[in-house]
Amino acid sequence: MQPFVNFTGVVAPLDRANVDTDQIIPKQFLKRIERTGFGQFLFFDWRYLADGSLDPAFELNQPIRQGASILLARRNFGCGSSREHAPWALSDYGFRVVIAPTFADIFFNNCFQNGMLPVKFDEGDVDELFRRASAAESAGKPYRLSVDLVACEVRDDAGFSRSFAVDPFRRTCLLEGLDNIGLSLRHVDRIAAWESAHGIAAVTGK
Amino acid sequence: MPASPRTLLDKIWDDHLVCSPEGEQPLIYIDRHLVHEVTSPQAFEGLRVAGRQVRRPEATFATPDHNIPTTDRRLPIADPISKQQIDTLRANCREFGIRLFDLGDADQGIVHVIGPELGITQPGMTIVCGDSHTATHGALGALAFGIGTSEVEHVLATQTLRQSKPKSFEVRVDGELHPGVTAKDLVLYIIGRLSTEGGTGYVIEYTGPCIRRLGMEERMTVCNMSIEAGARAGMIAPDQTTFDYLRGRDLVPKDFDRAVARWATLPSDPGARYDRVEVFSGGDVVPQVTWGTNPAQVIGVDAKVPDPTAMADASDRSSAARALEYMGLESGTPIAAIPIDRVFIGSCTNSRIEDLRAAARVVRGHSVASRVRAMVVPGSGRVKRQAEAEGLDRVFTDAGFEWREAGCSMCLGMNPDTLAPGERCASTSNRNFEGRQGKGGRTHLVSPAMAAAAAVAGHFTDIRQWRYH
Ligand code: SF4
Repeated sequence: MQPFVNFTGVVAPLDRANVDTDQIIPKQFLKRIERTGFGQFLFFDWRYLADGSLDPAFELNQPIRQGASILLARRNFGCGSSREHAPWALSDYGFRVVIAPTFADIFFNNCFQNGMLPVKFDEGDVDELFRRASAAESAGKPYRLSVDLVACEVRDDAGFSRSFAVDPFRRTCLLEGLDNIGLSLRHVDRIAAWESAHGIAAVTGK
Repeated sequence: MPASPRTLLDKIWDDHLVCSPEGEQPLIYIDRHLVHEVTSPQAFEGLRVAGRQVRRPEATFATPDHNIPTTDRRLPIADPISKQQIDTLRANCREFGIRLFDLGDADQGIVHVIGPELGITQPGMTIVCGDSHTATHGALGALAFGIGTSEVEHVLATQTLRQSKPKSFEVRVDGELHPGVTAKDLVLYIIGRLSTEGGTGYVIEYTGPCIRRLGMEERMTVCNMSIEAGARAGMIAPDQTTFDYLRGRDLVPKDFDRAVARWATLPSDPGARYDRVEVFSGGDVVPQVTWGTNPAQVIGVDAKVPDPTAMADASDRSSAARALEYMGLESGTPIAAIPIDRVFIGSCTNSRIEDLRAAARVVRGHSVASRVRAMVVPGSGRVKRQAEAEGLDRVFTDAGFEWREAGCSMCLGMNPDTLAPGERCASTSNRNFEGRQGKGGRTHLVSPAMAAAAAVAGHFTDIRQWRYH
């Protein structure tokens, strides 16, 4: 996994609650057997019109949000299916951070597995970010935030600065880009001990 | 000093904790891992790239279900990409020594239907699958939840999962359900009250006399939809109903009585503490119909489509307004006046034999309304054979339903079974998200009996007033 480094990026506000994984990546794109290439299908049903052209009304299609790497969303983001294709699609499109008041559990987990950082802020702070984004955009400028995982802080250049909480183990895994399976396999003796205490014969895998 | 009282979740958790190293998330042992074609190819590929093996192939079971056609199984799969995914599952199972219930195998079916049916699922186990409806297996007193593909790979390689202990949530249901009101109505009602994120961070344990009275398959319907309230897992303590259901199934322990003695120690101790408790009364529940685009947007069949402007919360208001626009509904329309185009009876929520019996009882002697296209998709090869042995297939086909092969089918519409834009469907599945059953399709979630009645009437109708033949 790529280590997560601090960065400053353009924010794409998506002002909808309960955005589910069926919207993030519709099922017709789950037939691929690779992990890559899902970005082109992100939010497919919202992003494209029936004739295949981009829907100019859709939030992510606004010219001012091109190249966005931070998605600003509403509560219960990523609810629904466990498909990891959802974070694959977000990350392939270029997102590295999603900010929302709450996330669905499985989606939240899946982000960390893919070098993406989900940030939970209070509803009030999220409202504030939506306001700031809209103010910047109406002045013709993309809204940018700096994300600092070392200090666990999100800042803009106009005085917004909030810290966020993140599980310390997951933070380390992100910062160092650690291989989760490799880490767990360091405890293989404990796994084997559990198995023998529970009457499970020694490793049978080929 | 006596040990402090523990919940069912505590007991399973304590028993499966492998280690909790300083500064890391705990590792818990996984007893059973279920695998299907859509969320596993990248996991197996990851193992190959890293030169890793499957730690316990005999604890891992696979079946294709999401992406398969439900028409004649002797025909080749028309969609080459679907076929590649199914071929990939076959090759991976062969390479890693995993038991596969393949297409054409008598026991193939939806992964959450065949797990309990074959006795793979047992009380006290930890069970995972790359699918959010894995909560279904909790009905037998297991801790079962959905995981992502990276975690699938982690479980294949280590037979463990990194997991912080979830909080416990007791949902107690007192009283009794009225005739015509089913487990599906009960769980939709509960989700409507908890909201789609009310259970986030929790494992729900359903308790109380109303839950105790439910049969095993009804309990599966309830646990199945826990994720729609945001809870990764739902569970029900094992009891005589559970043991009777499991006895004689293919993969249960040989010394069954000894296993039962062990399982009987699992229920929560008296006085055990939950992090959160909510109490409902079964007698308050009427048959439910969803009107929106998430399962918490639900109301009784005797009610009217709600008015978003009357909602207290701003975000509920905007969601509801958007949902009504997508669904093509006007607030104030009686639910029973909404006409439908399609009916789908199936999915891991409601495709078991009891579900098909309930639907057949409604349909018997009636026929499907002329403008409606209706289909029944059994959850597994076994359910299909059992239904055919009871003549249920004839009841359905005589009435004008299509009778299909087992699979997920129009629950998610990955295979050719989909809604056309604007089509309205009464569905026994679990998600009414925008586009779930096909782009522009409009899904209303209901019980099997309510779906069957809607097929006949051509619109929603209160099953409590049904004229059975
Ligand atoms: S029936 Fe539907 S919800 Fe159940 S496993 Fe299949 S696709 Fe998922």
